[in-house]
Parts: sequence; structure tokens; C-alpha cells
Amino acid sequence: MSNFLERLFTRNTSAQQAKERMKLVLIHDRTDLSPGELEVLKDELIEVISRHVEIEPGAVRIEMATEGREQRLIADIPIRPTRRKRK
Amino acid sequence: MLLPNHGTLKKGSIRIMPGKVVTVTSGKGGVGKTTATANIGAALAAAGKKVICVDADIGLRNLDVVLGLENRIVYDLVDVVEGRCRMRQAMIRDKRLPELYLIPAAQTRDKNAVSPSDMLRLADELRQEFDWIMIDSPAGIERGFRNAIAPADIVLVVTNPEVSAVRDADRIIGLVEAEEKGPPRLVINRIKPDMVRRGDMLSADDVLELLAIELIGMVPDDDAVVMNTNRGMPVVLDNRSRAGQAFRNIAQRLQGENVPFVEMNSNDGFFGKLARFIRPGGD
Repeated sequence: MSNFLERLFTRNTSAQQAKERMKLVLIHDRTDLSPGELEVLKDELIEVISRHVEIEPGAVRIEMATEGREQRLIADIPIRPTRRKRK
Repeated sequence: MLLPNHGTLKKGSIRIMPGKVVTVTSGKGGVGKTTATANIGAALAAAGKKVICVDADIGLRNLDVVLGLENRIVYDLVDVVEGRCRMRQAMIRDKRLPELYLIPAAQTRDKNAVSPSDMLRLADELRQEFDWIMIDSPAGIERGFRNAIAPADIVLVVTNPEVSAVRDADRIIGLVEAEEKGPPRLVINRIKPDMVRRGDMLSADDVLELLAIELIGMVPDDDAVVMNTNRGMPVVLDNRSRAGQAFRNIAQRLQGENVPFVEMNSNDGFFGKLARFIRPGGD
């Protein structure tokens, strides 16, 4: 049994690979959004938000999260401090 | 004026508790839909319920051979829908399980010979006479699939622990939910516990986590399925078959019984316990 657990956690088994691959495939099947399209969406989001506030484009994170059968788009967009604007 | 009644009335009288329509579907072909339909239906009939299995796979008829009733077909589903015979004339009664009936699919027509509204009418008529109406869906996501799920009260999605079957099951689950059928329930078929233990097959837990719907049964890969099907015998009638036991459990869960799930991927899991249960002394 310990041998089994050891193998389970140390080796990247074919079942683990299948599961990881399926997680990504199902997200894209369910949302109809490919990784490429997600990148485009990210660039456009940065552009729109930048019109209103100053952000750190390099630190923007857009991720897809799964909760049950629901997909959620999660955006983490750090905003630059606005000291100069304050009076 | 109908009064509440506990059970179901005898043939010829009006049924107060209409039967339930269960559609078995999968997206991908070859995962065991027909085997599941036949065996869950046979298990319900063996438990004393009046059951009819309907083959909705028009053009690729198979439920008849799986049930061993292929030699007795006179009329089929399309004959009923097009009014060439009465419903009763197309029903084939199983001789081993007298409460089990089959309406076969047409073999020389295509799926467009039947519409979802035809299936709704057919199911409403069958609900008056049967406790359970089991519909075997064709593979795919087109007309045949839509026909099969149109009258469903309960949808069962069959999958195997393989990437292509899981992906297609996910697609089907999305389509069933879009039809507002309520969440389907999952049958994971052809699990090989040895491969799962070695990390070479997705476990039932992995599949459930990916598909995120309620489980109704886990069926181990079992040579007895092929052997019984060769003879046209439902495997649920084979008391020594592990797959047969799994299908009987599904039939019980459909009827609302709480049958605990047994782990299939631990060393002393499903096989060990089941082997001891069926063949005391081990196997």
C-alpha cells in the first residue's frame, strides 16, 4: 500500500496526465474559448481598463476557474497607485 | 375521478402512478449504452416491475440481440409511429422475464422517420401501462439523440474511464442540461480496477470530478458481459457476475433505494468485498 501511495505521488502516471489534459479540454469545450482567444480577451481587457485607471499590464492574470459544471473567468488586475493625481 | 393509489393497477385499468421514462445516452458510441439499457431494464423486471425497453437507435438496431429477442420481431418503432400497427403488436415479451418487453428499432429506416413529438406521444401511452420505460439512445448529438431524450424523466449518461468517452459525456451533459431535463446521472462503465490501482486508468473519482454530476453506478469491466450477451442473456441474471451486480445496484438506486457505493480502486475495495459477498471464501 505504501509502495502504491509512493508511486501515486512521485510518478506522473498516465491517469494523472489524462485528468490534467481533460480538465483543460473540458474548460475550452464548455466555454467555447480557446487559449488563444483567452489571450486576445486579456489584451482587450487591459486596453479597456487602461482607459480608466493606470494598471500594470505585465502583472494582469486572467484565469478560468471551475466550480462543479460552471466556469468562471477570474481576472486579477493590479492597479498602480495614483499619488500624482491627489491634491 | 381518480383516487390516490399506492401501487400500479393491473393491465387494462387506468394507471394512477404513471411510469417513468429513463433515457440512456452517452455521446460516444461503444461505451455500453445498449448493455446498460438492457440490463437495468432486466434488473427492474426481475424485481417485479413492469418494464419496456425501447430501441431508439433507428437504422442500427441492437437492443433486440442484446436481449436475445431478435427472432421474434414483426413490427418496430417506426411501424408504430407511422400507424402500420398498434403499439401492442410491436411489443415483444421476454420469456425469461415476463414483466420485460421490447419495442425494437427499425433497421431499414433512418432516424428522421421519428420526431421528438412522436416519442413524446409514444412515451405518454407507455407510461399508462409500464412502471419503467427504458429508452436506448443512439450515439451522437443529432436527431436520434434528441428523439431519445425528448420524453425522458431521468437521463443516464454512460461513459468509460477514457479521455474520448469522458469528453463526449461532458458535451452530452451540457446538451441535456440545455434541454432543461435536470442534471443527468452518471454510469461509469468498464472500469478496470487493476489499471486504476497502477495509475493507468482514470478512477471513478477522477471521472466524477471532471464531469461534476451525480453518480448512479460504477460497472467493472467483466468478461461475463460479453459471454452473456453472446447468448442473448442479460448479465443481471448471472448472480456471479460483478457487472451484473453493479447493474442491479443501479436499478435499485433508480427506484430510490440507498445502495452504498463501494470503492473500486482500493486494494480491498469493490472486488474484494464483492467477491466475498458473492462467493464466500474468496475468488
